[in-house]
Amino acid sequence: MKQQDFEKKYQGAWLDLEKLLKEAPFKDNNIALPRLYHQVSHHLALAKTRRYTFSLVSKLNRLVTECHHHYYDGSSNYRFQFLRFLFVGFPAALHRNKTYVLASLGIFLLPAIIMWGLCFTNPDIIYSLMAAPQVAEFEAMYAPGQDKFGRERTSETDIAMFGFYIQHNIGIAFQVFAGGILACVGAVFFLVYNGLQLGAVAGHIVQVGYTQTFYSFVVGHGAFELTAIVYAGAAGLRLGMALIAPGSYRRLDALKWAAQDAILIVYGAIFMLLIAAFLEAFWSSSGSISPLVKYAVGAFFWIFVIGYSCSRGRGNSSHEY
Amino acid sequence: MVNNSPQRFDTIHTVETPEGVDLFADLAGPIPRAMAYATDLAIRLAILACSGIVALLVGKTGAGFWLILSFLLEWWYPVFFEMLRQGQTPGKKIFQLTVVNEDLTALTWSSSIIRNLLRAVDFLPFMYVFGLLSLILTSRFQRLGDLAAGTIVIQKNPLAETGVLPNTSTQPPEWSFAEGEQDAIIEFTARHQSLSVSRQQELADILTPITGREGPEAVNYLRAIGNWFLGAR
Repeated sequence: MKQQDFEKKYQGAWLDLEKLLKEAPFKDNNIALPRLYHQVSHHLALAKTRRYTFSLVSKLNRLVTECHHHYYDGSSNYRFQFLRFLFVGFPAALHRNKTYVLASLGIFLLPAIIMWGLCFTNPDIIYSLMAAPQVAEFEAMYAPGQDKFGRERTSETDIAMFGFYIQHNIGIAFQVFAGGILACVGAVFFLVYNGLQLGAVAGHIVQVGYTQTFYSFVVGHGAFELTAIVYAGAAGLRLGMALIAPGSYRRLDALKWAAQDAILIVYGAIFMLLIAAFLEAFWSSSGSISPLVKYAVGAFFWIFVIGYSCSRGRGNSSHEY
Repeated sequence: MVNNSPQRFDTIHTVETPEGVDLFADLAGPIPRAMAYATDLAIRLAILACSGIVALLVGKTGAGFWLILSFLLEWWYPVFFEMLRQGQTPGKKIFQLTVVNEDLTALTWSSSIIRNLLRAVDFLPFMYVFGLLSLILTSRFQRLGDLAAGTIVIQKNPLAETGVLPNTSTQPPEWSFAEGEQDAIIEFTARHQSLSVSRQQELADILTPITGREGPEAVNYLRAIGNWFLGAR
C-alpha cells in the first residue's frame, strides 16, 4: 500500500487515539485505548518496514510512545507505601546491605574514636583539624548556663535552626551517598572527615570541662543523625562497590541494580535526618530540660534506633518501592 | 528490551516494546541540556532572591523557612518537576527535553531521585566537569546520575504533521530505484517546505547526469517521481 492510501485509511484511528490521550485515557475502564494502542503499534511497524516518510513514522512513533507511558508508568498503587516502607522496606534494605552498613560504621567510628582519644589527652590536637576561631565557637556553643545550647548565638530561634539543620545535615548525607559512585572514594572521604570532626569536638569539649552540656545536647538527636550519616555512607559504598566488584554483571548493570537498592537506604536516612533536625532544634538545644531527662530520652532513642535497624523488616521484603 | 549496539554511532535510541514495535527517540546532547540547566538555575536563583527579601523582613523565623526552601530548591526542584510534569523541569520544557527511563517508559520516583542526588558528583570538581565527561564518553549522552538511575534525556518535539505534498504532476520513474534511493527521493519530496529553493536545486542537480535535467526542472521531475512513490496517481 502506498503511503497516501495508508494515511487515508487509518487517519481516523490516529485522530481517535490522539483525542483519547488528551482526555483521560483510562476513564471508566475504557477499553478503547488498548485496542487503538495495538492498532497504531501495528501501523508504526508497517510504516517502518514499508519505508514511509520520516514525518509519518515519527508521528506514529510519538503516538505509540505516549501510550507506552500510560501503560508502563509503574505508579500503580501508592497508598500505604510509605508506612510499609518504614516498617518493612527500610529495615529490610539495611539487612540486605549489612556488610556495607558495618563497613560504613567502622569507617566513621574508627577515626572518631581515635580523634576523641587524642583530643581528650592533648588539648592542642584539635587545632590540627580546625582553626582557632572555629574551636572557640564550639566552646561557646556548649558553655553551661545558657537557655539554648549548640548555637553560635543563643538568640537564634528554634525554627531558624530547624531550617539550618535540614539544609546542612541532609545536604551532608546526600554528599556522602553521591560520593560513593566515585569508586567509594567520596563516601569514605566524607565519612572519615565527619568522623574526625565529631571525635575532635567530643574529645576536646571534655578537656574544656563542658561534658554535661555537650553530651546531653548530642545524645538525643545523635541517635538519628549519626546513624543516618552512617546509612548514607553505606548506600554510597554500595554504589562504589558495584563498580569495583560487579561480580558476574556488567559494571553498568551492577551500578543500576545497586542504585535502586541503595536509594531505599537514602530514603530512610532522609526521614531519620528530618527527625534529627526537629529534635536538635526544639529538644536538644533547650537549656530548661534537665540533663538527666535528656540522657534518659536519648537512651530510649538509641535503643529504639538500634532495635529498629536490626529488625530486618520481617515479613515480605520485596524490592518494589 | 533496550537495544544497545555500541557499534552504531547515532543519536537515535531504539527500544523494543512488549507489543513488538521498535520505538525510537532522539537523544539530547550536552548543549541543549546545559541551556536547560542554566534556565532552571536562573529560575531557582530568582525564587531564592525574592523569598530571601521576604525572609529578611520576617526575621529569624523567616530565615529558617528560607533555609528549608533553599534545601528543597537545591535537591528536590528537579525531582518534583520531573515526576509531576512528565519528566520536564521548566528549563527542559523550554528546550523541549524530557527525562525518561532507558526503556522509554515514564520516570519513577526512585530513578528521578537517584539521578538528581548524584548531581552532586556530576558537578565535581567544578561546573559539571565529571557530568560533561560522562556525557561525552557514553553512547547515550548519560551523566553519572543517569547511568546509575538508568535514565536518558530525549528530545520531545511537538507532533510533526505529515507535510503537505508539493503541488506538482505525478509521473512514474523511468528506471527502477533501489530502496535507499527511493527513500532519498521520497524524503526530498516530503521536505519540500523545509529546504530552501536553492538547496533543493543544488540537491537535484547532483542527479543531472542521470535525469538529464537541471535547475527548477530537475526539482520538479524529482518531486513528480516522489509523489508517485508516495502513492499519488
